[in-house]
Amino acid sequence: MRYWLRRLWMQLRNEVLVLPSRTLVLVWAIALLLLPWVYADPYVLRIVTLTCLFAIFAASWDLLAGYSGQVNFGHALFFGAGAYASALLSLKLGLSPWLTVWAGTAVATLFGLGAGYLCLRLRGSYLSLATLAFPLIATGLLFAFPGFSGGELGFSGLPRLANSLLGNYYIAVIAMLALVFGLWLIADSKFGLVLHAIRDDELAARASGINTPRYKLAAFALSAFAAGLAGALLAHYMRVTGPFTLETALSFQVVIWGIFGGVATIYGPVAAVFVLYPLTEWFGGFQAFGERRLLFFAVIVLLVLLYMPRGLAPWVRDKIETLCPRCKQRNGAWRTHCRLCSAPLIATDRPRASEPDKG
Amino acid sequence: MFQDILVTGLVNGSVYALLAIGFSLIFGVARIVNIAHTAFYMLAAYGFYALLVKLGLNFAVAGLLAVAGVTALSLACYKLVIEPLREHEAAVLIATIALAIIFQELMLFAFGGHYLGIPSTLDGVVRIAGVSIPYQRFVILAVAAVMLAATWALLYATRLGLAIRATANDLEVASLMGMNVHRIALATVAFSVALAAIAGVVVAPVYVVDPFMWLGPLVTMLAIVVLGGLGSVKGSLAGAFIIGFVEAITVFALPAGAFLKGAVALSIMVLVLLVRPEGLYGVVFEEEER
Repeated sequence: MRYWLRRLWMQLRNEVLVLPSRTLVLVWAIALLLLPWVYADPYVLRIVTLTCLFAIFAASWDLLAGYSGQVNFGHALFFGAGAYASALLSLKLGLSPWLTVWAGTAVATLFGLGAGYLCLRLRGSYLSLATLAFPLIATGLLFAFPGFSGGELGFSGLPRLANSLLGNYYIAVIAMLALVFGLWLIADSKFGLVLHAIRDDELAARASGINTPRYKLAAFALSAFAAGLAGALLAHYMRVTGPFTLETALSFQVVIWGIFGGVATIYGPVAAVFVLYPLTEWFGGFQAFGERRLLFFAVIVLLVLLYMPRGLAPWVRDKIETLCPRCKQRNGAWRTHCRLCSAPLIATDRPRASEPDKG
Repeated sequence: MFQDILVTGLVNGSVYALLAIGFSLIFGVARIVNIAHTAFYMLAAYGFYALLVKLGLNFAVAGLLAVAGVTALSLACYKLVIEPLREHEAAVLIATIALAIIFQELMLFAFGGHYLGIPSTLDGVVRIAGVSIPYQRFVILAVAAVMLAATWALLYATRLGLAIRATANDLEVASLMGMNVHRIALATVAFSVALAAIAGVVVAPVYVVDPFMWLGPLVTMLAIVVLGGLGSVKGSLAGAFIIGFVEAITVFALPAGAFLKGAVALSIMVLVLLVRPEGLYGVVFEEEER
């Protein structure tokens, strides 16, 4: 027991606490888990719950768009597929939401495979603009068959996953932490490396013996899986689902979160959601702002972009960390020598972060 | 029904053509996916409404002023927002989305969210070969035809048009040949937004004006541009009329067609892309071959 505790502490000290960015993430995760014990305001908990669900959604977009370069403009399709499938199953068949959430996620994954299959031959802007069409086609079909889909109003009165505020909060937070960490691990693995290769040069990746269609399909399916889970959880949390889950505005919103936070990082879009979503809600709280919060949201996004065009998270990370010129490992900005290879770190000639600029 | 399909298809097709050609030109020359393109169309409709109804100007003067104002605004946006971000393609993309949202919210704030109707500037119908077209729609057709001809003349008969086509074909070589690609991009933005603004002014009396009127045409316009091939003027023109007529046929010939018109049009786009991933008249850009 003592051995394991000690090992945990060593891991923590050597892998997490040496880097300010990792420490920051640890502090943030602990803060989320402890929040209800410190400040149990129902309104705040509700906002954080929604923020967590949208964070999953944004992170899933980043895996697809940031890593594999399949910039999806219709990501709401997967969100809506998860929400609708789960809602239909739980209302029409009366199944427990704990089951239907997974069924909804499975349906969303199938949608991801389908959309990915249709998009295999498309690239660049063609892919973005074609994917924009998918949720709109789905919306058209929903409106055309209102008996099955609930039409414009959708469904309401869905069962909740947990009956208490705290239960729902922890479901959202734990789902978010697990999925975001999982997506980050996937993106950081060899699989993520292949996705980087596909984004930067698909032809070269193919020439190196990578089955690029299979990897692209996998990226679509994984991304749709996470997005669908977010959609299904949101539907059961809000107890409604409707065409709003498929809206173009939602697809654009996730693109804004992703790029604002910094693409191909996973944590960037999550950070963006945690900054922007509560901020817009907070603006909505002011009488004077109420009606105009979308305006302020857009203005803030625009202004921030002019100062940090590569996104929020890479900008912050460049401020608090330096890249070792020799071994390309990251170091806290206070160090003068690299923590791993002891090469001197030159503060003035700071190289760019490890992620290449998206072209 | 045949008559309805013909008139609606032609009118919508020509409005879409004005929007899609401008979008396509901006994409071809400056590589900007300009989501705010139809927001300028919406702004022009509002400008026309304000000048015509609130200030009581003559409708020709109001239209011209609205188009000129929106074009000037687009140049200011390009200089202040887009140019500092040009190196970061992703940032440009969300900057245009943010601009569109800002315009939408400003109009919502200034005029409210309800539908505004502009009194028809012309009444009566014109009959051509047994098909009666309301004058107002005939004006749309005439203006669109004139503007499309003007676009054709600009692109194929002037030095600026030659430079625009050269830049769209290959940015680097055009730059090496001594063309000022920045100024060409600026001219293209101004011209393209002017086309969108003209479309906004001519449709305002036929459709209703509201702050969200840019979203519907945006999606259709993107579908058209992708269908025809990004950056291809010919493709955009063909795509605009294909989608215009498909929408008209869906609305008039299918039950629940009004709900399905977007879905059918977009499905056709997806089908075309499956067969020809670069669209009908698409060209493969050098940069995308990287």
